[in-house]
Amino acid sequence: MTVAQAAALLQPAPDYAIDTKKLNLWYGTFQALYDVDLRIRQGMITSMIGPSGCGKSTYLRSVNRINERLGYVRIEGRIDVMGQNIYDPGVELIQVRKQVGMVFQRPNPLPISIRDNILFSHRLHAKGGGDVHPGTPDEIVEESLRTVLLWDKVKDRLKRKATELSLEEQQKLCIARLLPVKPKVLLMDEPCSALDPKGTEAVEELLWELRGQYTILIVTHNMAQARRASEECVFMLMGKVVEHALTAEMFVTPIHRETADYIEGRYG
Amino acid sequence: MAISTTASRATIAAVGGADSFDRRNADWYVDKAVQVLVFVCGISAIIFVLGIFVFVTKEGIGFVFQHLDFKEFFLTPYWFPSDADDPEYGILALMAGTASVTGLAMLVAIPFSLGAAIYIAEFATGKTREALKVLVELLAAIPSVVWGFIGLVIMNPLIIKWFDVPVGLCVLNAGIILGLMAAPIMTSIAEDALKAVPDRYREAAEAMGATRWQVTYKVVLPAAKNGLLGGVLLGVGRGFGETMAVLMATGHAVNIPDSIFDSVRALTATIAAELGETVVGGEHYQVLFTIGILLFLVTFIVNLSADLIVRGIRKG
Ligand SMILES: Nc1ncnc2c1ncn2[C@@H]1O[C@H](COP(=O)(O)OP(=O)(O)OP(=O)(O)O)[C@@H](O)[C@H]1O
Ligand SMILES: [Mg+2]
Repeated sequence: MTVAQAAALLQPAPDYAIDTKKLNLWYGTFQALYDVDLRIRQGMITSMIGPSGCGKSTYLRSVNRINERLGYVRIEGRIDVMGQNIYDPGVELIQVRKQVGMVFQRPNPLPISIRDNILFSHRLHAKGGGDVHPGTPDEIVEESLRTVLLWDKVKDRLKRKATELSLEEQQKLCIARLLPVKPKVLLMDEPCSALDPKGTEAVEELLWELRGQYTILIVTHNMAQARRASEECVFMLMGKVVEHALTAEMFVTPIHRETADYIEGRYG
Repeated sequence: MAISTTASRATIAAVGGADSFDRRNADWYVDKAVQVLVFVCGISAIIFVLGIFVFVTKEGIGFVFQHLDFKEFFLTPYWFPSDADDPEYGILALMAGTASVTGLAMLVAIPFSLGAAIYIAEFATGKTREALKVLVELLAAIPSVVWGFIGLVIMNPLIIKWFDVPVGLCVLNAGIILGLMAAPIMTSIAEDALKAVPDRYREAAEAMGATRWQVTYKVVLPAAKNGLLGGVLLGVGRGFGETMAVLMATGHAVNIPDSIFDSVRALTATIAAELGETVVGGEHYQVLFTIGILLFLVTFIVNLSADLIVRGIRKG
């Protein structure tokens, strides 16, 4: 055990699930994030809003370190997830991705069966002896699907390909498949933008169910959604965090001009 | 003011209308002409294939109806077509030659091409990837006589030396040569199949903590399996129809092989080697065309199923 890890154990559980300090990010020579300092409270739903291209996805993707697969991304600064810097050279990428689950804009279940989708990440991480759901595969599948309110609909066709489901069901499945490895943080990049209003409502309800157990950071272009489905709200603009406040406060009395303009739909 | 503008616009529209009507007419003829031309080019491929098939069938079908004893033809290994008194036409040994060489070639080519395709599509990046792709295309363009030459001049003495056998022109030699010949095209097709797997599957799996290799074998390979199978089948078709290299590297001896060090003779090579010596329209000539029909049918079936599989019509 390294000193850092020991120190992390001694500290009381942090209030902040994600603690970002001076995060700068470049795609090649293009800088997409500027000195982002952002602390996301544990067990809460935080929404992230801002005009297109302001860096919301970029920030989200750097918390899971999935940006790195591009190969030309450079990062400075640090992000502590549950008290540990995920950009520390000693940190295992696999562990970061176990702790931080990601849901994408377009539902992307793997082209394998529903059951195998749920067990995919569990199978990856069970070998490592980490903290995963201890049940049998059948129990895991059932419990995960129940949590996302999908069990009754799909319990008779677990062997069918997941890509045959409706988009709403696919997106719920994409959330469900993260749960068996007990992530601490769920990142969601516009999870409802491919769904109809009914599907959106269903996913939002699901988020409220998951609140408390997981820290949820959700990007959305839908002001109404940010307002009703989140407790805190972050407003970003041109790669910088402009404002971070309780959702109820931000939508009533925003501090910055830009925030007010954006919320009232004057740009973006 | 407003009225006059409208009026002048109307005039322009009327004049321009007549003008553009003529031009459209000319365009229309060009368009029709091009359509007809393209149509002719398009169906010419079909016409050629049909034409060849009709020709081969016409030349060979006489034998099929008059002399062909199916049992003797397919099930005996005795190929003595130029025996003056009692010619024998058994192609079992020739089929065994083609099958053994093609089979071995696939054993060589499948791991090679699959490995290369996985590396190019999933692991290599930037310049390495581009360079490799160009190289694979270059390899695919090497004429088959050059491969045959390599079999004859390089592989032959090597096999004699390493395995201590009297002759190095054998199933092993031809199989390796044919495998190397088929590998580039199989690599290209397999790489296309891998690239056709949407990137969001890879991203999803990586975001859950899968390593590159886990992503490849758990997600990409299963998703691409139809395309990969199609590539293998096209390779089989290639091996089956290849003539020059196998003529040079097999040893060209009619023989059902017991081991990979036996010389064999392929169906294609037999046609190539013997057709020039036959009397046009004679029995031997006709029998060679009958073999041609057989090759045509098998290649057609193999390529068609490869095509169907690549298109994913057949699932599973
Ligand atoms: N892979 C990439 N390569 C280069 N530049 C990128 C890449 N991805 C994003 N960018 C750039 O980084 C900036 C931030 O992009 P990002 O996708 O994070 O914005 P966003 O806030 O999520 O926008 P949207 O609301 O449209 O999803 C944009 O200017 C974008 O052009
Ligand atoms: Mg985005």
